[in-house]
Amino acid sequence: MAAVISQSSHSGFDTPLTIAGVEYQSRLLTGTGKYKDMEETRLATEASGAEIVTVAIRRTNIGQNPDEPNVLDVLPADKYTILPNTAGCYTAEDAVRTCRLARELLDGHKLVKLEVIGDEKTLYPDITATLEAAEILIEDGFDVMVYTTDDPLIAKRLEDMGCIAVMPLAAPIGSGLGIRNPYNIRTIVENANVPILVDAGVGTASDAAIAMELGCDGVLMNTAIAGANYPVLMASAMKKAIEAGREAYLAGRIMRKRYASASSPIEGTFF
Amino acid sequence: MKIIVNGQSSDVAADLTAEQLIESLGLTGKRLAMEVNRDIIPRSSFTTHCFTPGDQVEIVRAIGGG
Repeated sequence: MAAVISQSSHSGFDTPLTIAGVEYQSRLLTGTGKYKDMEETRLATEASGAEIVTVAIRRTNIGQNPDEPNVLDVLPADKYTILPNTAGCYTAEDAVRTCRLARELLDGHKLVKLEVIGDEKTLYPDITATLEAAEILIEDGFDVMVYTTDDPLIAKRLEDMGCIAVMPLAAPIGSGLGIRNPYNIRTIVENANVPILVDAGVGTASDAAIAMELGCDGVLMNTAIAGANYPVLMASAMKKAIEAGREAYLAGRIMRKRYASASSPIEGTFF
Repeated sequence: MKIIVNGQSSDVAADLTAEQLIESLGLTGKRLAMEVNRDIIPRSSFTTHCFTPGDQVEIVRAIGGG
């Protein structure tokens, strides 16, 4: 960190998150699933401060009350960066189809979140199918943010292929188990030249802060907010945790020591 | 003729256009995308695109998801 930067202006320490050439002030990305209704979706998204929100692509006759507004009416594309996902895809072909439909749906929008699921119980990504789909999508001109495991070698390979952001899981999707392998997340961050975002597994605010303290560029979450007893309040907590974790990372934490180190001077005692 | 729309068999007029299909489903003006037999039908072609018997039509939209 450059010593010339004034500490009184803490904002001077950070640079915006840049995804596909666009700068974002918020490092919290949110999903839009599992909310009670569209009003709760809107309020929680606003409270989170998220500027990038994920959506799923589904048949028109599935998964929505016809009387309710569409998610894109509530979170319009001129206010939010819409990140269509390939959730539910178990093959590279289905993921590629989904991205192409999303691009058509969103008027040529190129940014997608690629996930190819390998197993219903864990929702772990199928890495070989993910690599296959990423190659096709990048060749087809998509900006691919890719969901992957916390394997540093695979994360690097996805970056080298041309994915614009790599998003390792912290724990299984929707599990709320937190950062299960902080050392791998740290290694992935150290190796990376593209943004690294923790995607999936966050349970509460401290998990989000830990992800940011490890040096991640952002966190994408859905269930931790939507599944909380008070989602709008949790969205606000997550916003603060992301900011606190980022500032702590930039500030540089103290070394851990086994024994105490007095905070008050030893000199000048009168007893 | 019969086509499959979002997994369901539908009996439609032989000269039905994509736009008319969308209208018949009450989806006119909605933000959606269509694929027929796994190929995207651009929205700009909806007024002219006709179906052939047995076509597998998917009409999708964005919904909440993580």
